[in-house]
Amino acid sequence: MQALTDFNHNFIQNLEDQSGTQINQCYQCGKCSAGCPAAFAMDYTPRQVIRMLQLGMIKESLQADSIWICATCMTCSTRCPRGVDTAALMEDLRRQAIREGTASDRKIEIFNDLFLKLVEKYGRIYETGLILGFNLKTSQIFKDSQLGVPMLRRGKLHLLPKKIKAVEEVQAIFKRVREMERQER
Amino acid sequence: MKLAYYPGCSQESAALEYGISMRKMAEVLGVELWEIPEWNCCGATAAHSVNHLLSLALPARNLAIAEQQGLDVVTPCAGCYNRLKVTEHYVRENQQMRKQVQEAIGANYRATNRTFSVLELLVERLGIDFIRSKVTKPLKGLKPVCYYGCLLVRPVELTGFDDPEDPRSMDNLVRALGAEPVDWPFKTECCGAALTNTRPEIGLKMTHTLLKTAVEMGADSIVTACPICMLNLDMRQSQVEKEFEVKFDLPVYYVTELVAVAAGISPQEAGINLHFVEAVNLLHNLVVT
Repeated sequence: MQALTDFNHNFIQNLEDQSGTQINQCYQCGKCSAGCPAAFAMDYTPRQVIRMLQLGMIKESLQADSIWICATCMTCSTRCPRGVDTAALMEDLRRQAIREGTASDRKIEIFNDLFLKLVEKYGRIYETGLILGFNLKTSQIFKDSQLGVPMLRRGKLHLLPKKIKAVEEVQAIFKRVREMERQER
Repeated sequence: MKLAYYPGCSQESAALEYGISMRKMAEVLGVELWEIPEWNCCGATAAHSVNHLLSLALPARNLAIAEQQGLDVVTPCAGCYNRLKVTEHYVRENQQMRKQVQEAIGANYRATNRTFSVLELLVERLGIDFIRSKVTKPLKGLKPVCYYGCLLVRPVELTGFDDPEDPRSMDNLVRALGAEPVDWPFKTECCGAALTNTRPEIGLKMTHTLLKTAVEMGADSIVTACPICMLNLDMRQSQVEKEFEVKFDLPVYYVTELVAVAAGISPQEAGINLHFVEAVNLLHNLVVT
């Protein structure tokens, strides 16, 4: 067990602010983990991840595969008798892991970046670009390829992107958000 | 009734039939849908995983356009619904966030309008009795399980709708259409969402649990109101079958499709022929018997 150093203290404070929840409210009953539909695949159950945070085991919590297995279904947050928003904690741990470069699974990060780039470029999602780009960047070119032709035949995939006419308005939002964050820093 | 309509990106791709049946259903129910002109993507999970302000500003641009028209918003996508509700909530409750969102979108959005899911529209705005009065072809003999998934009922602080543990609105609705909904324990159990894509060994197992349980409970179909659930349960059903060496052939319907068909629209007109698992025959056989 590690001592709560200044770094750890600030980390926890920031995590609680971002997720709007308090980790010391958790009394380790485990209801979150009993109800979690993805706990079977996790290296640490949601209850254990929160315990790590309570003990100041920041590094371990950021390296847990569990935070990438959480599907944000919010069963845990709904059932917690102490009002801990576990799903929000998991989400912020993902953000922190990306920032610290300790993500055990980079696929979600790659997917999110690509998704937002396409939204900024076209105003809506260009699903063919998203699927092909994701497969290419994660070196799994033929992933789900058996679904491609049936989707095209049903008109559920479009080969070419469609840009909305007001795309400049959407791009302006991306730009202003970036500027506002720069000013805040 | 006139509502601003936010289709969401999936209605133009994987959930094409959700959009088709939504429009058909609205037509027979006398709901006028005013599609938000030049609507943009809500940012989905990607935006709120990366940047909080962006995740509020992208939905806010759409909501602001509807607010200017004095219209409430309806969206068929459970994912978009969640993002629009979160945005509404922050803009209404948090003055600092409201200012930031207004600055980011360059509009004076104040969240005076409300967003509804399809279930809320049907059950709360129109009402089950009204829906029942529109049924011309009862879905007699259909035995579906109603699958609510995560985002239509959770988090309850945001949706304020139904019950997050044992929702019943869709069951009551489907019963009003003449069907016999089958009770089951997985009404709100997660389908695996994006894990079927990023971690298929985990995601497909979660989807398999739902399909298997539905069949074991004696259901002949599943009803959903979420494009991601549909994607997993219908489009990926063959992947689940291959992975687990089983055969389900279990039709999955959007709730809008069933309302449209019960109100006299043909399954083809409602877009049900666009599913991956054949789902037209079951409905045709009902109408014949």
